[in-house]
Amino acid sequence: MELFVPFTLATWLIALNHEPANDRVVLLPSADGRAGAVQLSTAKGELLLAQPYAAAEASADGKLTGSTADGASVQARYGDTLAALPARPVSFTVYYLSGSAEALTAESAGQLDALKAELLRRPVPEIVVVGHTDRVGSQMDNDALSLARAGMVRQRLLDSGVKAQSMEIAGRGEREPAVETADEVAESLNRRVEIIVR
Amino acid sequence: MHIKVIAVGVLAMVAAWPAWAGEAAGMIKTAQGKVEVVRGSQRLPAGPGFAVMQSDKVQTGAASSVGITLRDNTLLSAGANSSLSLDQYAFNPTTHQGRIDATLKRGTLSVISGKIAKTSPDAVHFRTTAVTLGVRGTEFILEAHGEED
Repeated sequence: MELFVPFTLATWLIALNHEPANDRVVLLPSADGRAGAVQLSTAKGELLLAQPYAAAEASADGKLTGSTADGASVQARYGDTLAALPARPVSFTVYYLSGSAEALTAESAGQLDALKAELLRRPVPEIVVVGHTDRVGSQMDNDALSLARAGMVRQRLLDSGVKAQSMEIAGRGEREPAVETADEVAESLNRRVEIIVR
Repeated sequence: MHIKVIAVGVLAMVAAWPAWAGEAAGMIKTAQGKVEVVRGSQRLPAGPGFAVMQSDKVQTGAASSVGITLRDNTLLSAGANSSLSLDQYAFNPTTHQGRIDATLKRGTLSVISGKIAKTSPDAVHFRTTAVTLGVRGTEFILEAHGEED
C-alpha cells in the first residue's frame, strides 16, 4: 500500500509524457469585424470554425473535437506568440484633381508628415504604392494609368526624402473602387493612390 | 570559346536570379532570441529585414519568437520552439490572386490573413501533421506537435 501511490503516480506521469499532444486551433475575433472562418480537415472529418474563440483539437489520428476558448486563456497560452505579430499595415490615400496622373488635391499633399511619422514607428518599414482608377476607359488602359499614378507618387516620395527598406509600386486599375459605380462613370474618389506602410 | 562565355553568362544570370527577381514572399519584422531560416542546405541566422522566400523553413529556439509580414499583407508570428515551412507562396499585386501553403511542424503560430484570403478564399492553407486549415479572411492561432525533423 505504501509503495502503491508513488508507483501509480510515476506510471501516470510517464503515460502523460508519451501521450501525443493534440494540435489546436483557435479562431480569434477579427480586428475589422468581418466574420471570418477556418475550415478544418483531417483524415477523419471536417469542422468549420466561424465564431470568435471557436476552437478545436485534432488528435494525431485525425479525431476533431470542437470547444470554445476565451480571451484570457488565449493570452495565457499564446500571449508570447501574439506579441511577436508585426504591426498591422497602415494606408494613406492621396486623390487626383482630374483623370491625370499629375495633380494632387491640397489635403493629399499634407499627408506626408503623417507618413514619415509612421515610418519612424516601424523597425524595417516597407512601402507599397498602389494606384487606382475610376471606371472610365478600358480595364487595360486603367491598369496602365493606375501603375503610372503609383510610379508618380513613388517618385514624389523619393524626392521628398522618404526612406524605407523598399518601395514597390502596383496598379490595381479599376478593380477596387472606393465607391461602387457603373462602368464608364467618372468618380473622383476612385482616382486615388494608396500608400501602404508595413 | 564563345560557348564558354555564354555558359558563364547564363550561370551568372542564374546565380543573380533571386536578387533581381525580387520575389521575396515576405520580410521578418520582429525577432526575439534564436531565429533561423533553413533554405535548401543552408541554415541562416535571421532577424528584422530578412527576406523570406517560398520554400524557406523558419525555425525558433527556446524563449524565441519571430514575426513576418508577407507581400499580400498576411501577418504571421511563431512562438518558441516552432518550425514553419512556407511551402508555396504566390501573389499578384494587380489582381490580388495568389496562393499560400504553409506547414507548422511544431510550435505555435498566429495568423492575420491578408489580400489573398480575401480574393481567393480557397487558395490559403495552413497545415500541421494532423489537420489542414482552409482560411477565409480571418485571424487565428495554430498549435502543432509534430515529430522533430
